[in-house]
Amino acid sequence: MSLLDMIGPVMIGPSSSHTAGACRLGLVAHHLLGEAPRRATIGLHASFAKTGRGHGTHLALVAGLLGYAPDDPRLPKAFEEAEAAGLTVEFRDVDLGDVHPNTAHLDLHGETAAVTVQGSSTGGGVIRVTEVGGLGVNFGAASPTLLLRYPDAVGMIARVASTVAADGVNIATLTCTRENRGGQALLAIELDQPLSPEALAFLRRWPDMGWVRLLPKLMDG
Amino acid sequence: MTTLHDLMTAPSPASAWVLAQDCAETGLDPADIRAEMARRIGEMRASVERGLRSDAKSITGMVGWNAKGLWDAPDVLGAPLLRRVQAYAMAVNEENARMGRIVAAPTAGSAGTIPGALLGVADHLGIGDERLVDPLILAAGVGKAISKRMFISGAAGGCQAEIGSSAAMAAAAVTELLGGSPRACVHAASLALMNTIGLVCDPVGGYVEVPCVSRNAFFAVHAVSAAQLALAQLESFIPPDEVVGAMAQVGRLMPAELRETAEGGLAQTPTGRAVAARMEGREESAGGMIELPMV
Repeated sequence: MSLLDMIGPVMIGPSSSHTAGACRLGLVAHHLLGEAPRRATIGLHASFAKTGRGHGTHLALVAGLLGYAPDDPRLPKAFEEAEAAGLTVEFRDVDLGDVHPNTAHLDLHGETAAVTVQGSSTGGGVIRVTEVGGLGVNFGAASPTLLLRYPDAVGMIARVASTVAADGVNIATLTCTRENRGGQALLAIELDQPLSPEALAFLRRWPDMGWVRLLPKLMDG
Repeated sequence: MTTLHDLMTAPSPASAWVLAQDCAETGLDPADIRAEMARRIGEMRASVERGLRSDAKSITGMVGWNAKGLWDAPDVLGAPLLRRVQAYAMAVNEENARMGRIVAAPTAGSAGTIPGALLGVADHLGIGDERLVDPLILAAGVGKAISKRMFISGAAGGCQAEIGSSAAMAAAAVTELLGGSPRACVHAASLALMNTIGLVCDPVGGYVEVPCVSRNAFFAVHAVSAAQLALAQLESFIPPDEVVGAMAQVGRLMPAELRETAEGGLAQTPTGRAVAARMEGREESAGGMIELPMV
């Protein structure tokens, strides 16, 4: 939490938790998809489902999917913008269980890629991403975040960490989740600064590496 | 962990100390933060100006003309500062309620308090925006110190946590703007906070409109009052960090019905329930303004 999070974000109203945070959750899915989105199904849980519509939560989520920041003047017109961009969105009220009341589950498809993201808007525009591609994560997009998905294998974390280190980038936090031994694994690494395009390309070329994404920092501070 | 006590005993001006502490913690460049805060003052001012001119209705139609109405009305009390502070604060929150662009400070629901108090006082006294950057940094530092002890959202702690925090932040900012010492700034924040303890979050229909818009007007004035007391060397009898602790305790004791769920208070008056029903489409209205039921 920095000074710029206390006086900020600059945002389209009316609610930092229901509007700005929702937009940032959409932005996470936008960046993780990595291409133009075509089709989305958004599950809204508890308070998001109950009071979201009047708070512009639906608009903000769609704005995020389109890549708009919380202060983008196009946010109130996000439905029209989505239609113009060829993105169709369906909303559902869902019960995601014992999670934060402001939680959304986003299932996003492009021409070739697809991603699912679940996350919560915890107040003041702050978010916490809790699931990507069905695997648990825990990051706030307050710093650039590297996400990698690959079949679980000995030494993968060490190889990725050494590539990051060779790029001169410091690791802030690292979480790794896997379906089961040898199953799909998801590595999420919060970095002090973005990884270079060369290092990203190197990781993408690694044998058995599935999906590599660099999520930019979405917070102000 | 920085406390209000640390801030109170810091070298003057308090904002310089806040900025140095924050940059040491986050690794951000102080010049970048100052530049961004200057830009945010511009955003606050733009939201005030749009809000004072507009009488467009909000999402629900409960607010939208309050700031302009007050700004255009005769100054019957002969108290231009009072009217300016109130109108600025409501202008921002009405912009917020009609999905306009605002600066959350610290939240969107409390976004009018700091611009109301800080820009209102500055304009009343003819102080330029360049002198508001440091007070705004101090406001952020006060908010950060409070948020380390308790959440700053109405859902977590009631409106005391949300607008109470914004009033405390605004009080400290106005105090520094008018030359107050770090001690005076923190006591202003503490006095403002002490007088919001127990305030519930009971938005009608669950929307950030009633009582949020007028509440920002009241608490912007409240913040200016706190600054006036502190600049006259009055102090909070209970030490500032203990006031924050008391507010956190009251927040925990507060039932969920009174914490932004729209299940208590003003939200559960007959009119409040009628508004909620209308917005959920349970009752069709003739459109436009909400028709208030007879009680």
